[in-house]
Amino acid sequence: MILGSVLTTNLAILVLAGFIGFVVISKVPNTLHTPLMSGTNAIHGIVLLGGLLLLGLPLLGAFSKVLLVIAVAFGTINVVGGFLVTDRMLEMFKSKPKPKGEDDDGADGGAPK
Amino acid sequence: MSSLPLASSFLQSESFIYVLYIVAFSMFIQGLRGLAGPTTAVRGNRIAAVGMAIAVIATLLYPSEGNWGLIALGMAIGTAVGVPAARNVKMTAMPQMVALFNGVGGGAVALISWVEFRHHGSTYGSKTHEASYAIVHELGTGLAHVTVTQPALPTYVAIFSVFAAIIGSVSFWGSNIAFGKLQEIIPGRPISFGSAQQAVNLVLLVLAVAAGVDLIAGANSELLFIGMLILAALLGNAVVLPIGGADMPVVISMLNAFTGLSAAATGIALNNPALIVAGMIVGASGSILTNLMATAMNRSIPAIVAGGFGGGGAVEGASGAGEHEGTVRSTSAADAAIQLAYANRVVVVPGYGMAVAQAQHAVRELTKELEKRGVEVSYAIHPVAGRMPGHMNVLLAEADVPYDQLKEMDDANPEFQRTDVSLVIGANDVTNPAAKNTPSSPIYGMPILEVSDSRSVIVIKRSMNPGFAGIENELYFDPKTSMLFGDAKSAVSEITAELAQI
Repeated sequence: MILGSVLTTNLAILVLAGFIGFVVISKVPNTLHTPLMSGTNAIHGIVLLGGLLLLGLPLLGAFSKVLLVIAVAFGTINVVGGFLVTDRMLEMFKSKPKPKGEDDDGADGGAPK
Repeated sequence: MSSLPLASSFLQSESFIYVLYIVAFSMFIQGLRGLAGPTTAVRGNRIAAVGMAIAVIATLLYPSEGNWGLIALGMAIGTAVGVPAARNVKMTAMPQMVALFNGVGGGAVALISWVEFRHHGSTYGSKTHEASYAIVHELGTGLAHVTVTQPALPTYVAIFSVFAAIIGSVSFWGSNIAFGKLQEIIPGRPISFGSAQQAVNLVLLVLAVAAGVDLIAGANSELLFIGMLILAALLGNAVVLPIGGADMPVVISMLNAFTGLSAAATGIALNNPALIVAGMIVGASGSILTNLMATAMNRSIPAIVAGGFGGGGAVEGASGAGEHEGTVRSTSAADAAIQLAYANRVVVVPGYGMAVAQAQHAVRELTKELEKRGVEVSYAIHPVAGRMPGHMNVLLAEADVPYDQLKEMDDANPEFQRTDVSLVIGANDVTNPAAKNTPSSPIYGMPILEVSDSRSVIVIKRSMNPGFAGIENELYFDPKTSMLFGDAKSAVSEITAELAQI
C-alpha cells in the first residue's frame, strides 16, 4: 500500500467516526449524562490495544517494557473499571420498574389506606 | 510462528483481525446508541463491553504479538485494581471514579507514545533510518518479519504520536486533579495564579508544543520528550486547579473527550482502525456531551476553561456574604414534621448533601410516611444537582423511589407555586435565587429550581457554609425559609420519627 493512502484512509475513518459520535449522542436526557460519560470513558480504554501491540514488538528495552506494562495496566483499569462502574450506575435504573409493579402499594398511591 | 498450521494462520491474518475490529466497533456504536436511552442503557453498556473484549482478542491474534508474560502481568494488575475499585466505590463517589478511570486512560496514551518515541524517535524527521521504520509500520499489517524497503517513518506518525503524548499527559494530570478536588483531597475552591493564570497556561502550552515540534523535526532526545510530558502535565494541573468544584462534571467530560481524541491519534500513529474509530467516537460524543452539560448549567466551555468560578466570581461571592445581615431562622425536627404533616403538597429537592450523607433511604422512608397521610410528594431534580448530571436519579432509584415522582427542572418549576413545603436536602447553589435576581452573581443566569415560589421552605443543611460554588445563598435569609441544621440522614430520620408520633 502506498503510504499516502494509509494516511488518507485512516483520516477518512477518523472523520466518519467523528460524525457517528456526533449523531449518536445528539439527544440524550439529562438523567443519562453521567452513565453515558462513564460508558464513553470505558470505550476510550481501547488504548489498551496500543499497549498490547507495542508490547509485541521485538527489541524492546527493559525500561520500555516497564512503561508498557504500566500502560497495559492503566488501559485495563480504564476498560474493566469503566464498564463495571457504568453497569453499576445503570443497575440502579434497571431496578426502577420493579417496585412499581409488584412491591408495596404504598410506593405509588398510598390510596388503599 | 512460520510453522503454524493453516487454520491459525487464517485466524492471524490481517483480514480476519480487521473483520473482528469491524464487529467490535459496530458494537461500540450500537452500545452507545443504547446508552442514550433509559430503557436500552444497560444492554447498550454490555454490548459495548463485549465489543471491547472482541477488540482485545483480535489484537492478541496479531502474529507479531509476544511478551505474553508481560501482557498477562499488565492485564492482571489492571483487573486487580480496576474491578474492586469499580465494585466497591460508593454511589456518591462515582464522579471521581469516572475521573480516575479517564485519567489512567490518558496516562496509557502518554506512556504508549513515549515507548513509540523510544523505539522510533531516532527516525523522526529523517528519511534515512529505514531499518527502524520497518518495525513500526508493519504493526498494522501484521507482517513484522518482512523487511520492506520504504522511506523512513512518515512525519505524520511522529506528529500524531506527539499530539497523543501531550493530550494524554494533560488528561492524566487534569483528571487526577479533578479526582482530588471531588474527593476533597484538594480544596474544591479555585486555586490560581490570579490574573497571570491565562499567561501561565499559554506559556506552558506553547513550550509543550515547541518541544513537540522540535521532536518531530528530528531532535532525537528522550530528555526533551520527558520535558514535553512534564510541560503537558503542568498544563493539565494549571488548567484544572483554578476551576471551581461546581464546574468539575463539565471538566471531566471534556477531559474524557480529550482522552478519546488522543486515543484516535495513537490509532493513526499505529495504523490501527479500532483505536481510530473508538477514540474518535468518544472524542466526538464526549464533546457533544460536554456541551450539553455546560448548557444545562448555563456555562460556556471557554468561560469554564478560562478560570471557572475563580477570579472575580469568588471575590464577589465573598463580599456578597457580608451584605446579608438578615436573620436566619432555624427550626427543629418536631416543627418540621408538623409543617410537613399538614401540607397538601411537598416537593423534595435533593442535592449533594443527601448524596454524601447516604440519606436517600431515609428520605424514602420519610416520604412514604407522608404519603400514608395523604400528602402528595414529588422530587424536583436539577440537571446538575449533586456533582454530576443524573446523580440524584441514580441515588433515588437505589432507594426505590418511583420514577414518576422524579420531576425534571422544567416540569418541577411551574409547580412550586402550588407547593406548601419545599424540603431542600443538602442542595444549595441549584436553589439560589441569586441566579435569577442578582446580575453580579457568578452563577447569574444558571437555571435554578425556584423553591422560593413555594409557600414555605425547609432547608436541611450541615452549616451555613456556602456551597460548592463558594457563594452565599439568599434563600436562607428568606423569611419563609427555616433551616434545620444537621447531617441530612439523621435530620431526615428525626423528622420521620417525630412524624410517627403525630
